[in-house]
Amino acid sequence: MAVQTVTTASASTTTSAASVDLGPATALSCRECGHRVPLGPVFACEECFGPLEIAYDFSSYEAGELRRRIEAGPSNIWRYAPLLPVPADVADKPNLNPGWTKLVKADNLARELGVTGGLYVKDDSGNPTHSFKDRVVAQALEAARAFGFTTLSCSSTGNLAGAVGAAAARAGFRSCVFIPHDLEQGKVVMAAVYGGELVGIDGNYDDVNRFCSELIGDPAGEGWGFVNVNLRPYYGEGSKTLAYEICEQLGWRLPDQLVIPIASGSQFTKIDKGLKELVQLGLVEDKPYKLFGAQAAGCSPVSVAYKAGHDVVRPQKPDTIAKSLAIGNPADGPYVLDIARRTGGAVEDVTDEEVVAGIRLLARTEGVFAETAGGVTVGVTRKLIENGLLDPSLTTVVLNTGDGLKTLDAVADQGLTATIRPSLESFREAGLG
Amino acid sequence: MSVTVRIPTILRTYTGGQAEVSAEGANLGEVIADLEKNHTGIAARVLDDQGRLRRFVNVYVNDDDVRFEQGLETATPEGGSVSIIPAVAGGA
Repeated sequence: MAVQTVTTASASTTTSAASVDLGPATALSCRECGHRVPLGPVFACEECFGPLEIAYDFSSYEAGELRRRIEAGPSNIWRYAPLLPVPADVADKPNLNPGWTKLVKADNLARELGVTGGLYVKDDSGNPTHSFKDRVVAQALEAARAFGFTTLSCSSTGNLAGAVGAAAARAGFRSCVFIPHDLEQGKVVMAAVYGGELVGIDGNYDDVNRFCSELIGDPAGEGWGFVNVNLRPYYGEGSKTLAYEICEQLGWRLPDQLVIPIASGSQFTKIDKGLKELVQLGLVEDKPYKLFGAQAAGCSPVSVAYKAGHDVVRPQKPDTIAKSLAIGNPADGPYVLDIARRTGGAVEDVTDEEVVAGIRLLARTEGVFAETAGGVTVGVTRKLIENGLLDPSLTTVVLNTGDGLKTLDAVADQGLTATIRPSLESFREAGLG
Repeated sequence: MSVTVRIPTILRTYTGGQAEVSAEGANLGEVIADLEKNHTGIAARVLDDQGRLRRFVNVYVNDDDVRFEQGLETATPEGGSVSIIPAVAGGA
């Protein structure tokens, strides 16, 4: 292959667009104005700054054959490779192979919350680095390979840093990731252990994100694949696999209601995209569904905009224990508002106390230890039921996007029930028997 | 007031490939108008049809997001910097 440098949509790459094999992906299309550019490491529209999304050619797929192909695929996200921007042989490449996590039928939690229509928790703590981020990074890694990058990078609130570090280690890439300096120690350790470079920035996540956006336009960032900046159109597609899995695990059926955490809002919009694709491809029967967004009150720009009836999101300075959701200037916020309203859902927020209560409730009822983002979705689910926005008689799926071991501080005040001498007498004295 | 404006990659076709250019103006609106004089077409990329900042553009004067300040009325002190950055980055 003749390696050449081409400039398409103002991006320099070491691989020509024509040589890129990303399966059914055909181009990048602006979500705002529809302007199309060739596949490449670009993320914002050169006409209007709108987000670029993957355009696909699914025209050759027949529903029955596609379903059989998926069901015969591996027990990870690559079973959905025909619907993703990845080459057909993606499962043979070194990758963390995330996905196909448990859909827990949460009957005990349903009883506590008064849900009668079936309540499920999609537990993405079961991914290789214990958060949903492995799904999106897996897509970005394939794009990085296709575009000839050798360094994988990102701005992160912690979970993504670990996912990038691990994926880079497996794939033989250098990794250099940027995080706010004051993250939870657990997330710092879980990112650093993979041996890549981990850089703390003296600022919040939005400051880190801004820095990465500037680095990408500087010669110092040349040759770097930032999974959530210049590879963001590919990265985001990984969240569609949550929608695919939920529907397949429900027996190729759309849920009635989903409660999804909102940070940048990307996951929310891609789950909607995934659900719509399944309908368009004839893999599930079409019916209405409602998407609900969940934020922490200390970083609730989308919830505030939703409640005020606005279609733009005013940025906030985050102050919450739910640090994985602490994006004060969410890139996809306006789209979350559009989708929540279009589907008849809502966006709600809960206090840090309610987040902790949500973590404890899920752990106590279902044996699932969620990170703070999971506490947000459980807390918001309870609140939505209480205020009549979520219908307890319908099938509802609540997302837990990360493992509670990453955010131990949130529940660190909980400890021993009692300390006793190793004797039956002491056991009884403590009221335990 | 003369300021340095950092230009994102997707707008460098208007600045001859330059990542930084100088512009004049007492506030952000005036700076963008001055940019347009020297780099025709750039204002329509940054501002919408009503002359407001497009919703997927972030602009910082020195280190401050102008949406937390006075938007296009945000003062641009002599010797300061203006950064224009696509907003569609990130996802924690």
